[in-house]
Amino acid sequence: MTAFILTLDQLDEEHRPLVGGKAFSLAAMHQSGFLVPPAICITVEAYRHYIAATGLLDQIVLDLYRKRFEEMRWEEIWDTALRIRNAFLKTPVPGDLQEALLREFESRFSENPVSVRSSAPGEDSSKTSFAGLHESFVNIRGPEAILAHVRLVWASLWSDRALLYRQEIGLDVKRSAMAVLVQEMILGERSGIIFGKSPTDPGHSVVEAVHGLNQGLVDGTIEPDQWHLDRKTGAVLSHTPVVREKAMRPGRHGARIEPLSPALRDQAPLGEMELSEVYNLCMRSEALFRAPQDMEWTYRGRDLYALQSRPITTALQTKGDDQRPWYLSLHRSFENLKTLRTRIEGELIPAMEREAQELARLDLGSLSNAELADEIHRRRQIHERWLDTYKRDCIPFAHGMRLFGHVYNDRVQPDDPFEFVELLSETGMVSTRRNQMLQELAGMIQHDATLLDCLKNESVKTCGEAFAEKYNALVSQFGDIAWGESRFIQDERDLLTLLMEMAASSIDVRGNETGRVDRLQHDFLAMFEPDQQSLALEILDMARASYRLRDDDNIYLGKIEGQVLAAVEEGRSRLAKEQEAGVGDMDRDQVLDALRGKEPIRSQRKPSRAGDQEGTYSVAARQIVGQPAGPGLAAGRARVIYQHSDLFVFKRGEVLVCDAIDPGMTFVIPLASAVVERRGGMLIHGAIIAREYGLPCVTGVPDATRWIKTGDTITVDGYLGLVIIGEGILSREIVNPQENM
Amino acid sequence: MKPSEDYKNDLISLFRSQPLAVLATHNRGQPYGSLVAFAATDDLNYLIFSTTRSTRKFANLSADPRVAMVIDNRSNHPSDLRFAKAVTATGRAEEIPIHESGDFQAIYLNKHPHLEDFVSSPSTALIKIRVEVYYLVTRFQNVVEIRLT
Repeated sequence: MTAFILTLDQLDEEHRPLVGGKAFSLAAMHQSGFLVPPAICITVEAYRHYIAATGLLDQIVLDLYRKRFEEMRWEEIWDTALRIRNAFLKTPVPGDLQEALLREFESRFSENPVSVRSSAPGEDSSKTSFAGLHESFVNIRGPEAILAHVRLVWASLWSDRALLYRQEIGLDVKRSAMAVLVQEMILGERSGIIFGKSPTDPGHSVVEAVHGLNQGLVDGTIEPDQWHLDRKTGAVLSHTPVVREKAMRPGRHGARIEPLSPALRDQAPLGEMELSEVYNLCMRSEALFRAPQDMEWTYRGRDLYALQSRPITTALQTKGDDQRPWYLSLHRSFENLKTLRTRIEGELIPAMEREAQELARLDLGSLSNAELADEIHRRRQIHERWLDTYKRDCIPFAHGMRLFGHVYNDRVQPDDPFEFVELLSETGMVSTRRNQMLQELAGMIQHDATLLDCLKNESVKTCGEAFAEKYNALVSQFGDIAWGESRFIQDERDLLTLLMEMAASSIDVRGNETGRVDRLQHDFLAMFEPDQQSLALEILDMARASYRLRDDDNIYLGKIEGQVLAAVEEGRSRLAKEQEAGVGDMDRDQVLDALRGKEPIRSQRKPSRAGDQEGTYSVAARQIVGQPAGPGLAAGRARVIYQHSDLFVFKRGEVLVCDAIDPGMTFVIPLASAVVERRGGMLIHGAIIAREYGLPCVTGVPDATRWIKTGDTITVDGYLGLVIIGEGILSREIVNPQENM
Repeated sequence: MKPSEDYKNDLISLFRSQPLAVLATHNRGQPYGSLVAFAATDDLNYLIFSTTRSTRKFANLSADPRVAMVIDNRSNHPSDLRFAKAVTATGRAEEIPIHESGDFQAIYLNKHPHLEDFVSSPSTALIKIRVEVYYLVTRFQNVVEIRLT
């Protein structure tokens, strides 16, 4: 049997594939007399034994290949990684291996703090840098805690980041494995990195340094002082100081950000002597490995420790259409999320609201055609500017939910890796307020036959003041929200039809059982020491804001887009009066051109969505696999939503099928019996709103709107994430209950 | 959504890769499964297999020609749930009369040359299934219906 554990003294060249490049380099440095933290390596054999003996390997295969990777969005990849991570959290290490590891941790580290770091074979051999794909943890104490974090490092072999770069790093279920480095934590007072050879200026070496631990520098939370040195002599060429405010220090668990003392703020982390020591360290390492090195180091007192050394690799070259660096950038620290939240709640949302109101005040009717064309153009630019802001600040803030998901799963270790989402609901989203107002209006119709009769033929203003007042309140708050090419209240008759449908029978909301959220929250907090509970609550509060704002910021953005559409509609109605043919089908560009007197270019866009029929055979989907995003089982007639008008003819009990649910269209969900969405993810609008109403929901259904047609009988299995098209025992019972009596 | 031509090609390559299939017949409602060596025509309209006339399956399909056949590429490992494909074909079976057997027999023996003696025995029947529907199952739970018209 190959060893599960090797010490730095035992390692030599033949062990490299067993321990990965990071551990191997440290062993080589240790054996050459460098000062490195005492450490042991848990070889890939331990990982392999664990996943084979426990059946985890088969579980990974099931989770990983649920769908074709090409059909998965990053959100789904993140969800997949979370499922796998939870499987690692829930699967204990087999007895023999566990005993061996705990014994080793106890005898070497006892209760001293350690860092637990990934060292994936192959990770460092690449010419390209893939730092940060896997997890590392600092300041872990005690054998049990170390073992728990070893499992998390193992799980990170399948992190969303690693899965995104699966091709480049050659990730493969059968071959890939993870080694782990457990190092005594050196509680350095000053830390940093050094590039032996600057990628941009080959004659320079570059040193970056901070006060405290270097986690803050590595993850970008703390800005470092920077020096350029002469690569040949080590002489200091330049120093770029920064405003020093914070330092990462060891807390009881992990590391935390603390303010710097006034004395340290004025003091650069390194003096000239020390710069020269760091430079010499890097050159020794370069001599040892025969290539320029990229190192991490720390000073404890006068002792300079080498924490890591690896050959300098070129940064990943990205092509223009590669979205992955953007996805990687969505991983945000708690500190960064706090800053984003202040900005979104304090600045962006009020500004979006103001912008929409200001635009709405302008009297479009008073503009000439040319002025109206300019106004459409101006509004589109404003909308695009907000879209950019949304992408820059609002989308990354959604990471607050994911961060909480990890914290929750680490502590609670629930059977369902998405249990944490239940804690996030009922946070008073703006779209929920709109939906409640609709319910109230429907309630008035339901209990007032005269009102119902009146509304069937007359307009709102002639059908009684009480209703009209409430109706106008709804319109003034939400009327302008855009969805697709229309605004919510494009047509009063459409909205009344929908309200009468809602009034036809009372909606029974099958939300969460009462008290469940309180109980989950209580159980979550109980997992923390009393002095940590306030931090846990802060993380939960952040996640709730992230959940709520993910919906809300779309609504506010929709209000601004609604103002674009209002101007376009004004243009269309003018053009219609001027007898322009086909005005109804004109898109925004065409309306703009026509208003300016240019001949608009007509487009022929009719999406083909017929079933696939070729020659002598036809293909139809019978059952499609997506993600189970809301538990429950329901069947009904499908209503496929392509455009605005499809929403307003929605009938109670139908299954909502669409490409992507947007908060601008969620008002029909109370009528639906289930929700099916092509776009995938557990934390997307469709899944969120379906859970709020207790509806079965399946997301990430490939080509949902092409396979399924309005009127098809479909069954939605929200437990397993399946959509079954066509009649079945269940659908017959549910769709036509009277026929089975 | 893949073009339907792709599904057809998926079926053809699966059928080429697999020598054996499971045939389902029944005897007055009692289902019965048998492993058989099979082949498919290029247009996918027919699945062909051979059996001696004394078998249960032959008796069963003589009494009721409605049959099903399962063709899959599993390796009998848990990961099959994600990686294996399975096709269930439903249709009607009939013995190919000797004077019509030329093309069918050529297709069959081209795939199973070692069965030449078996097929030419007077006690052996060459059977064709006129397929009505193929149900293609991938990744354990994705099911697509391919209907021959």
